[in-house]
Amino acid sequence: MSVLVYTESENGSFKKTTYEVASYAKGVADMMGTDVAAISFHANDAGDLGTYGVSRLHNISDSKLEQFNAAAYANAIAQAAKAENAKVVVISSSANSKYLGSLVSVHLQAGYVSNVTELPSSTEPFTVKRTVFTNKAFADTAITTAVKLVGISKNAYGLKENATDCTIQEFAPTLNDTDFNVQVQSVDKAIDKVTIADAEVVVSAGRGMKGPENWGMIEELAEVLGAATACSKPVSDLGWRPHGEHVGQTGKPVASNLYIAIGISGAIQHLAGINSSKIKVVINTDPEAPFFKAADYGVVGDAFEVVPVLIEKLKAFKALNA
Amino acid sequence: MKILVCISHVPDTTSKINFTDNDTQFDTSGVQFVINPNDEFGLTRAMWFQEKQGASVDVVSVGGAEVEPTLRKALAIGADAAIRVDAVATDGYQVARQLSAVVKDGGYDLIIAGRESIDYNGGMVPGMIAAMTGASFVNTCISLEIDGSKATAIREIDGGKETVTVNLPLVIGGQKGLVEESDLRIPNMRGIMMARKKPLTVVPSTDATTETNSISFTKPVPKGQVTLVDAGDLDRLIDLLHNEAKAI
Ligand SMILES: Cc1cc2nc3c(=O)[nH]c(=O)nc-3n(C[C@H](O)[C@H](O)[C@H](O)COP(=O)(O)OP(=O)(O)OC[C@H]3O[C@@H](n4cnc5c(N)ncnc54)[C@H](O)[C@@H]3O)c2cc1C
Ligand SMILES: Nc1ncnc2c1ncn2[C@@H]1O[C@H](COP(=O)(O)O)[C@@H](O)[C@H]1O
Repeated sequence: MSVLVYTESENGSFKKTTYEVASYAKGVADMMGTDVAAISFHANDAGDLGTYGVSRLHNISDSKLEQFNAAAYANAIAQAAKAENAKVVVISSSANSKYLGSLVSVHLQAGYVSNVTELPSSTEPFTVKRTVFTNKAFADTAITTAVKLVGISKNAYGLKENATDCTIQEFAPTLNDTDFNVQVQSVDKAIDKVTIADAEVVVSAGRGMKGPENWGMIEELAEVLGAATACSKPVSDLGWRPHGEHVGQTGKPVASNLYIAIGISGAIQHLAGINSSKIKVVINTDPEAPFFKAADYGVVGDAFEVVPVLIEKLKAFKALNA
Repeated sequence: MKILVCISHVPDTTSKINFTDNDTQFDTSGVQFVINPNDEFGLTRAMWFQEKQGASVDVVSVGGAEVEPTLRKALAIGADAAIRVDAVATDGYQVARQLSAVVKDGGYDLIIAGRESIDYNGGMVPGMIAAMTGASFVNTCISLEIDGSKATAIREIDGGKETVTVNLPLVIGGQKGLVEESDLRIPNMRGIMMARKKPLTVVPSTDATTETNSISFTKPVPKGQVTLVDAGDLDRLIDLLHNEAKAI
């Protein structure tokens, strides 16, 4: 028996969120008196998995699995779970993990709960807390199957160090031709840009920016902070920014450490999608804008005056604190 | 081509979320229900296949009689027939089991569902249907073209997109992008009249097994007051973000 965690990597290295899912898996394993095994695809080494409590890494280096493929990855993860006799499988909330989660669930006949924010409140019955109604509420949910699948929300549990010796072994799953029905033809991904999903800081702007020609300062602010850029829905509907930047209830969810909203009113649908960010800052000319009720810090002011000054001050701050 | 669009009937995005019965049930009083936004994009795309490629489009929802107005709305938008599986939706697994039975019965080639429903946000049902019926699956789908039995889809990934090809039968988890916002349709009078004559079949629940069970609900603790910083004193904002919030 063990807890199995799917540790995602990119170009051979683990993503930072991987260490959060590993920390969570260790927390569950401690509650159940067992240890943590990880399953990875083309990870070059065990990275810091041991630091976050993983005892064994099953690495898959099958060349057919070099590129993400939900069906094949799900099958492989399910086989690793069976080999480990895992009672709990932990995955993240990345687009890829959400894609394969339901497939793993059916393979393992494992009840699946996504968007989990805390360690189980009990393991018998196995009960976890998840967000529902796009962050407007939480539900305590019991998983009643023998094997449990838990998808954890980003940035909800955090990193917990737990130094453990981690061994690496090769894992060779048996795959079917049907696992490769979906064939990737091309991937279009900006390699030098921080993604909204991975970003610690997200700089987001709304219709208050007046037009796409004014996004230079938003991008510059994001660059100073090493942040991803995002926008409100009308901004992407108007074609000022790409659809992939639209955040909110019907767009991408944001769970960054810091979310800076510039010229965004704070409509309920917008807030629902960004509420799990830890610290929210709003810059808006209208002191009555609903965003001020949801934010931690606010500046009542004109973005066209405030943002350029903020950029200069942050540059100076970064130079001092580098 | 036979298309099935899975429709979840959800509270309007502006709804206040409250619970009753000792915080064990969602309080539906005063709540407006709508077609789940992700499903609305999928339904509109299905209409395109119907008009341009002669596809037949059925819509399905798992739920009690209260979901029928939502299904009628889908018929008014242009779906050919509606199916309601008469069961209280309890978890993603149970809903997927019901929908898989409908898929197998109807021999659908393309099943369009949403990336997630905005009520329970499970993001589970589409993938489960695919796994249960043996169809292929593309999630977070933002573009879909069908040529004979072959589909070309674009999937949104973290930080970009990916183009894939796959043969039918296929299940997609769709979202905004499948069609433009401006292409979404509001039922017109003629559509509403026609919808009254279209079939809405109620089928019994096939199996009530669940794998998870929501025990109780809580609401987030209300947020404290915002700290306002003067626009002329941005050094203070940086200081607060650095020393108090530890966010930079
Ligand atoms: C079904 C549905 C789903 C939706 N989903 C989403 C979603 O996922 N995400 C989303 O964002 N929205 C969503 N919306 C839309 C949402 O209701 C709002 O319309 C939208 O969020 C408003 O965008 P905004 O704040 O950019 O624009 P506005 O509401 O126009 O606000 C602009 C703000 O900028 C301020 N401003 C103006 N000039 C300046 C200046 N010079 N400096 C600083 N501030 C300035 C104004 O005071 C105002 O507060 C959805 C709506 C519906 C009906
Ligand atoms: N009760 C339901 N009836 C029909 N389709 C549903 C139902 N619940 C979920 N779905 C479909 O599955 C998608 C994802 O829902 P979920 O897994 O609940 O987040 C929705 O967008 C719908 O297309």
